[in-house]
Amino acid sequence: MTGREAVIAGAFNTRQARRLEGETSATVTLAAIRGALADAGLAVADIDGVNILPGLDYERGARSFGYALGIQYFWVGRGAPGPAAVYEAALAIESGMADVVVIAAGEAGLHTDRATVAPWTRPSNEFIECWGLMTPAEFALSAKEYMVRFNVDPLDVAHVAAVIRNNGARNPEAIYHGRGPFTAQDILDSRMVADPYHLLDCATTAEGGSALVLTTAERARDLPGTAIRVLGGGSESWGPAYTHPPTYDRVGMLGRASGDRAFARAGLERSDVDVFELYDNFSWEIIRYFEALRYCPVGEGAAFVAGDAIEVGGRYPIVTDGGTMSHSHTGESQRNQRVVQAVRQLRGSSAANQVAGAEVALVMALGDIVLLARS
Amino acid sequence: MSAPADFTRPLPRPTALSEPFWAGCREGKLLVQQCANCRAHVFIPREFCPFCHGETLEWVVGSGCGTVVTYTAVWRAQTPAFEVPYVVAVVRLAEGYEMLTNIVGVPPEEVRIGAAVRVHFVPVTTEITLPCFRLDPDAEDAQ
Repeated sequence: MTGREAVIAGAFNTRQARRLEGETSATVTLAAIRGALADAGLAVADIDGVNILPGLDYERGARSFGYALGIQYFWVGRGAPGPAAVYEAALAIESGMADVVVIAAGEAGLHTDRATVAPWTRPSNEFIECWGLMTPAEFALSAKEYMVRFNVDPLDVAHVAAVIRNNGARNPEAIYHGRGPFTAQDILDSRMVADPYHLLDCATTAEGGSALVLTTAERARDLPGTAIRVLGGGSESWGPAYTHPPTYDRVGMLGRASGDRAFARAGLERSDVDVFELYDNFSWEIIRYFEALRYCPVGEGAAFVAGDAIEVGGRYPIVTDGGTMSHSHTGESQRNQRVVQAVRQLRGSSAANQVAGAEVALVMALGDIVLLARS
Repeated sequence: MSAPADFTRPLPRPTALSEPFWAGCREGKLLVQQCANCRAHVFIPREFCPFCHGETLEWVVGSGCGTVVTYTAVWRAQTPAFEVPYVVAVVRLAEGYEMLTNIVGVPPEEVRIGAAVRVHFVPVTTEITLPCFRLDPDAEDAQ
């Protein structure tokens, strides 16, 4: 290596709400960037790398937004929001391609037709959409197969959703603050969306933005905030979403190899992790993550997460801001929010559910992972 | 399908690559690509074989018989064009490939993983006939 070490110097969520009146995807994304820069003690003029996703503009968003910010020349990251974008930006900084990278996403005003599911959940592939497959149904397919294969009690899966939603109920920044507490039975009593997923097993939809600022450890020493180290990461895909039927055999171990790589690079053991900010788009995914990451044997994840294991105060606390189920889910920025919350846990500044003495955080979203640590 | 006038079920827009498949459905045949080199059956339609990367894929008539790999009963429709509940399933055909479909003709609680199914063509427009599946009482379920 070059001796350059990348750190996260700024992390910020805008206000999140079911609807942010008067905001657009561009304005909430800008607000998120301003907030993260202020948190870092840096300015737009310092930015020389971007990975920005306003709304759902995957094709042109980053370059358009860098230009719109008035930055003349900039490195462009292409990793998906969240752990993939963070690890890619860290590698860009460590290899000398950039010095200050802003990662941001935000969405407002895109999901206006409430008779339909959110626009980012409606696939367009000709062999998918005609069957009525939207995101909850897509993720239900592998969950159903797993639950039948391993004879899983639906209450054990619902327990995951109850824990996450109760974290959100305690978080004043969550859009469902005060909504709860829930029992596992409450989750099962909510209306069915796509068997085995009930309404309360699923992410919500909301509006808001989230951003992160990365720079070198050397530069961060002169900045006011607490820098968070990026120790390792990994990213893998199983193919294009909404194209091939997502059976359990196809998607069940997504993230296992990237997890192995992340821990090897970081020089950490599984037992070193204090808090798990996992992408909780659906309840069973949390069980899948712990199995893919080798925290427990395949098929034993439901027992692994039982009781208080994944509660704040348990050994494996998860999704401490309430996640996509209770805190917010804006289409894409929720994946950045997993990282924002990990940073706040490691700084000891979580708005709620602080894990005492948290030193190492694992952030995972689908097949993307990053391991973070307090400096 | 009773749907509000401004909501029609999203229909496939065939491409040059996929048009033979949809033409087959119109004629009541479930076509699938077969690799001329390794003989594997390939779905969805592609330009080269994902197994041996051979570039000669020929359309053949498949059995239309398979088993349910997994399924979900959907109660919150993608759009109001879909009447709930409907069953989205992954079916593994006898030829070894998998496809997404709807299981029709039975209430969701009668569908099981491993159930034997057979293709059932549902004409939707003059252009598009959808290859749905029905439970096949004459065939043996998979374990």
